[in-house]
Parts: sequence; C-alpha cells; structure tokens
Amino acid sequence: MVARVPACDDRWVTTAAPVRPPLVRTRDERLVSGVCAGVARHLRLDPVIVRGLFVALAFTGIGVLVYALLWVFLPQAETADMPGVAVKGGRASPGAGRGLSLDALRDKPSLAILLIGLGGALLLTQIGPFGEVQVLWPLVIVGVGLALIWRQVDDRDLLSRRSLRWRLAVGALVTIFGLVTVLTTLNLLEVSWQSFVSTLLILGGVGLATAPWWRRLVAERGSERRARIRVEERAEVAAHLHDSVLQTLALIQRHADSPREVNRLARGQERELRSWLYGHPGEDTATFGGALERAVADIEASYDVQVQSVVVGDAPVEEGLAAVVQASHEAMRNAARHAGVQDMSLYAEVEDEGVTVFVRDRGVGFDQANIAEDRRGVRNSIVDRMSRHGGSARITSSPGAGTEVELHMNRAAS
Amino acid sequence: MSQLRVFLVDDHAMIRSGVRAELGADPEASLAVVGEAGTVEEAVRGILETKPDVVLLDVHMPDGGGRAVLDQIHGQAPGVRFLALSVSDAAEDVIGVIRGGARGYVTKTISGADLRDAVSRVAAGDAIFSPRLAGFVLDAFASGPAAVPEDVAEKALDLLSAREREVMRLLARGYTYREIGQQLFISIKTVETHASNVLRKLQVSNRNELTRWAADRRIV
Repeated sequence: MVARVPACDDRWVTTAAPVRPPLVRTRDERLVSGVCAGVARHLRLDPVIVRGLFVALAFTGIGVLVYALLWVFLPQAETADMPGVAVKGGRASPGAGRGLSLDALRDKPSLAILLIGLGGALLLTQIGPFGEVQVLWPLVIVGVGLALIWRQVDDRDLLSRRSLRWRLAVGALVTIFGLVTVLTTLNLLEVSWQSFVSTLLILGGVGLATAPWWRRLVAERGSERRARIRVEERAEVAAHLHDSVLQTLALIQRHADSPREVNRLARGQERELRSWLYGHPGEDTATFGGALERAVADIEASYDVQVQSVVVGDAPVEEGLAAVVQASHEAMRNAARHAGVQDMSLYAEVEDEGVTVFVRDRGVGFDQANIAEDRRGVRNSIVDRMSRHGGSARITSSPGAGTEVELHMNRAAS
Repeated sequence: MSQLRVFLVDDHAMIRSGVRAELGADPEASLAVVGEAGTVEEAVRGILETKPDVVLLDVHMPDGGGRAVLDQIHGQAPGVRFLALSVSDAAEDVIGVIRGGARGYVTKTISGADLRDAVSRVAAGDAIFSPRLAGFVLDAFASGPAAVPEDVAEKALDLLSAREREVMRLLARGYTYREIGQQLFISIKTVETHASNVLRKLQVSNRNELTRWAADRRIV
C-alpha cells in the first residue's frame, strides 16, 4: 500500500508553503465520520495508521471516548471549494491501493455506523445487565434509528433539504419504535411511560417559565443577523466605491490640466457607476441592448465623444443581430472620426419582426457621390456586412447637415 | 417680453448654483430665478409663496423627491408648470414624475442653451421629451396586446397613434421638433401637439403595463 502524505500532495494545500491543514473532519475521505481522516491529514499521517491506533485504543475504552469527543467537537470541513480548507473533490478511485471493501464503506458511511452499532449492541447484551439475547434486536433498531438521525444532522449544510427532513422523521420513528420494543421486552414499559409523562410535564413547565427568555433570544438573533447583513452591504458598497469612484477622482485630480482626459474619465466612471447602481444591461452582453451599450462605451472611451443612446426593447444576440451591433459600432466610429462633433445619438428599436438602429450625428457630413471612392470602410464594414447577413443599411448624408446611418435586420431572416 | 420666473428644487446646493448660473447666462435675460429649495418641505412652501412660471424639479431627493413635491402641490398652484431635471436614468423615477404631473424631463448633462429653451417651452405649455424619455415611452407603450379596456375612449389612451409613435421615434433619434416637422412634412405646432398628447396619455393612461413596466424595469 502506498503511504499517502497529505501535506505533500498539492491537492490539499493551495499555497506553496507547507501549511499544516486545519484540524477538521473531512467528508470526502471519511469512512465513518471523518474524524480519523481529518486527524491523519492534520498530522500528515496515513489515515490507516490513525484508524489502527483508534481501534487499538478502543479496547481500553479511551479510544471510544476520544473518538466520540472528536466527532462532537471537530467542525466538519466546509464544502470542497471553500478557501482555507482547500479540499479538492474526488474520492480515491476504487482499487487505488486500498481494499475494495473499504471503498464500498467510504461511499456508505451509514453502513459503517450500522456495523459499529451492531457490534456495540452485541457487546451490551454480553456484558450489560440484561444478559438476554432478545434485547439485541430492539437495540439494533434503536441503533439504526440513531444512525439515521446522526448521519443527516452531521451534514449540517444539507439540513434544510426537504428529503432530509423526511429521513430525519423516519429515523426518529425507528428510534422510538426500538426504544418501546426494548422497554416492552424488559417489562419496563409501564414504569417508563409514567416517568416519561412526568418528565414531559417538568420540561413543559420549565419551557413555559423560560419562554420570554427564549423569545428574546430568537429575536436578538434575528436582529443581530440583520445588523450583520447591513454591515456587510455597507462594506461592499465602500469597497466598490473605493475601487472605482475614488480611484477615478484621484486620476481626475492628476489630469486636471487636460479637459479631454478628465471628460473621458468622468464619462467612463459615470457609465460604470450607473451600471452598478441600476443593474444596467451594459453588464449583460448576451443581449442585443447590452452588446450595443458596450459598443457605445467603447466608442466613448476611445474617442472624445458623447453618445446619447436609447434602446427600446431587447432580444438575445442572434447571429444577424451580432452583425447589426458590429455595423453600429463601425457607424459610430466613423461619426467619431470624421463628423467633427462631440455628440451623436444612437437609437435602436427591437421589435418582433426586426431590429432597426439609427446612428446620427450633426457633423460635417459628406457628399454621397463620393462614398464609393474614398469611404471604402463604410461600404465594406457597414453596407456589405448588413447585406451579407440579410439586412440592409441606408446612409443619408449631405455636406453640413450631418450623417445618419440606418441599419435594419429582419429577425425572422436571421 | 416679461421675464419667466423660475424656481429651483434640488438637494445639492452645487447643482442649484450651477443651474442658476446657466439660466442667468441667457443673453436676453428672459429668465429670472425667483427662489430655490433643498428639501421637499421648503420647495412646497416656496412654490406656493412665489407662484413661479416654471419649477425645475430634481427627481431624487430625501423625503420622497420630486414626486412628493408634485403630490403635495397638486392643484394648489394651477399656473405653475414643472420640468424634471435629474441625473437619474431609472425608468421608474422618470415615469413617476411625469405621471405626477411634470411637463417633461431633461437630464443634468443638458447644455445651458438647451435648458433655457426647454424652460421657455414648458412655460408656453409644451411637453419636453429628452431622447431617453421618448425611448421610455416607446418601451412602455410597446406593442403587445394592451389590457382590453371597457370603452373606446379608454382604449385610445392606452395606445399611441401611428403618428405619435413616429414622433416619439424621431425624438428618440435625437431630432429636434423643427427637424421632425421637416421630416414628416408637418408644422412644428403639430409636432408639439403630438408630443403634448403623448405626455397626456403617459399621465392619465390606466394601462396596467405602464406601471408594471416602470416597476419591473429598473433601467433602460
């Protein structure tokens, strides 16, 4: 058997420095509850050694006690991808130097617990005060019920699942049934019932007496949680503002002598802050509107221009629509380069039948007779691109009156 | 021509002084700022006292913002017209003040000359649509079956006419009223009428989609 030294295995240690893994119960290595595996990982020993040690100690009784205490007090490792624990998922594959029976156990910790419980019950009937074999099976039933409950509660994060509650309920029922059977076998049912009722009464009384205190505890817990959420939110806002707005303000101060740069910084920051505050579709480039917004942001960042953009309706980006976005981008770039003005507007309308985009500037314009000669870029990247994808482009311009590019794409065709 | 009396409502003193300077920079000095307020309470009191021609109203303020001012003034100062001025692009804010009675909406990035023009036009009874507001309108009154209204008059309020839609489209594309008139071969006055009709529909339409749309859609 190949001895596995966890700390040297980079599956478990995220940092390069050899850090001792935290003492936690692991889930993906466990046979029963993960105590031995966790201890082994912490001590960088082979789990088999630790397990052997515990079994040996069990005969003195100390082993059982220590194991039980560790089970109770060791926190369970969080999910595999939690930082700090850095347990990458994946169990040892069958036959990886380990007996098949063990791997079978690994998949079914309940089975291991069941076996232990059976052994314990057998032991009890041998050395216990009852001495009667017929108590064995009721005790086994109790064990099964307890195992069911413990297994579920152990996986704390799963507690909220619905199927789990059912299993818990079944576990509780089985346990109660087992207990009743034990008591019946021993003819103790009558006595037990009386003491059960009196205990219930006492508990009820204590519960009633301390009810206000419980209530306050619950309320306090709730308000504490709310306060914590508020603090966390605040911290997140502060972190975001620090990363974005404060940095930009610092940059603006440093570029105070360059209006162009200040303008660009302010616009970029405004756009970013808006998208953060309002969940602007600019974040989401999977939609047509989002992709257009990103194109607008790119133009504003690259050229000293401001684009007034209005998008009505939205749709996922289909192949044809991607071409529309690219053509719009090109149209805005042309306007930014050649129109000689700082403002332009983009209007896009998404309807069921088709998509229409207008890019308009009030700049110098040009004589359309020349378009084929010296504006190849326009023809290739806008008109041809649109017609290649089954759309159309119309460019209206005259010297001094600005330019408008109209792009249209049928949605059924794309 | 007598001066137009303007009242400024904004919780940021810096914005107020900036707007005041821009309005004062008018070469013809046709605008006079008669008062300003930084809170809803001050605004209501000041507006009722001075009875200005136009109130420039910030959308976002503590204690309810521009909508609260509109609701509290409601009906008490019939001659006063409101123009919303905001950095907010959030649809629910914009639609909210328009439905509260504002005659239009412009963003704070508007140039001084455009702002002065907008104020005079609001004073004259026109509706002011920024391209973005026109976009909101088109979105809100978008196709899709309107909730079937009981009578025809109500139905007319829940839909834009083809012409009105066309005007809104051109506004969203950044056209001025004059350019829209040229494009559609109608007079500026007709364009203004269409815009006013759309504004009225926006304000009084019962169309359920409108409010739901504004609430659902945080931003356009």
